[in-house]
Amino acid sequence: MKDLGTLGTLAWFFALTSLFAIGGANSAVPEIHRFAVDVQHWMTDPQFSDIFGLAQLTPGPNVIVVTLIGYHVAGLAGALVATLAMCGPTCLLAFYVGRTFDRFRGASWQVALAGGLVPVTLGLTAASAVVVARAADDAWVAVGITAVTALVTYWVRVNPLWIFAVAAVLGLGGLV
Amino acid sequence: MNDAPPAPRATEPVAAAAPPRPSLSELFIAYALISLYGFGGVLAWSRRMMVEERRWLTPEQFNEAYALCSFLPGPNIVNFSVIFGSRVRGPLGGLVALAGLLGPPMVLIIVIGALYSHYGDLPALRRALIGVTAAAAGLIMSTVAKMALPLFRNRAVGGPVIALATFGAIGIAQWPLPIVLVVVLPISLALAWVRR
Repeated sequence: MKDLGTLGTLAWFFALTSLFAIGGANSAVPEIHRFAVDVQHWMTDPQFSDIFGLAQLTPGPNVIVVTLIGYHVAGLAGALVATLAMCGPTCLLAFYVGRTFDRFRGASWQVALAGGLVPVTLGLTAASAVVVARAADDAWVAVGITAVTALVTYWVRVNPLWIFAVAAVLGLGGLV
Repeated sequence: MNDAPPAPRATEPVAAAAPPRPSLSELFIAYALISLYGFGGVLAWSRRMMVEERRWLTPEQFNEAYALCSFLPGPNIVNFSVIFGSRVRGPLGGLVALAGLLGPPMVLIIVIGALYSHYGDLPALRRALIGVTAAAAGLIMSTVAKMALPLFRNRAVGGPVIALATFGAIGIAQWPLPIVLVVVLPISLALAWVRR
């Protein structure tokens, strides 16, 4: 049965890839692209970038790009298998690491590990914000949107969805 | 950005004596909302929900769990949902939080994918996305600035120096991530070990 073979391929590929995806799902995208387009010929290059674009447009964790790839390759079963394979093993790992971390709460190594990881993570996340901004802001309007969003969401307790809606309309109107 | 210690804000919650413990349905709803709001990444929305709205975690607790998840393989906030859900409601809580975070966007993206293959107008959507991405970058910036507040309020200078050095090396100098981590991480852990 061809379908079972395809589902199996989806399962082992995404399970294996997830284990190397440190720093979030987006770090695995180049490898997923290589495998889906160049190795398996599941889709063409433009199809892949359309799928990636649709995933960016859909709210939710970035990892759902994997759901759409699975859907494209093998329908609903493919969507489920790909997503579970991408999230299952790492979730199990997170569950056990989190439990160990909580069990030793207050132990010297636990305090030092948490205290050491936090500043590095904050630096990395701030850097990722700049990387995203640099990629998105090649027009002055876009720079303005980024700056206004940063300032407003920092100082005012407003739901950022309103700002996103305005930004989407500005983009749709070709102003960005 | 977080290069200057930001002033204290009125909206930043004070740590509650006993944080409320969410039920399974509250967990599911909170994570479903995080995922459905989550345009341009779920980090900002999950901090907003966990720290500012529901107040299930203090800013410090959020930073610690997020840092742990960032160094585990797999999607950060997906890992976060499992760790937080299982911490408050056991293994079932972890599953419920995960289902809330992944279920709605999975349904949504399949519907969107199917609609797109029939009547897709991706150029228009792409233009809208450019605007949203610019706004999302701003939202991550303000979120990081808020997350950095506890670090900069602390009297120890090691943490802020490490955070700024990591930010400068990757975000400004654009040095390769593995090299930066190999240098910065041991120093940060050593500083934290001495300080503990």
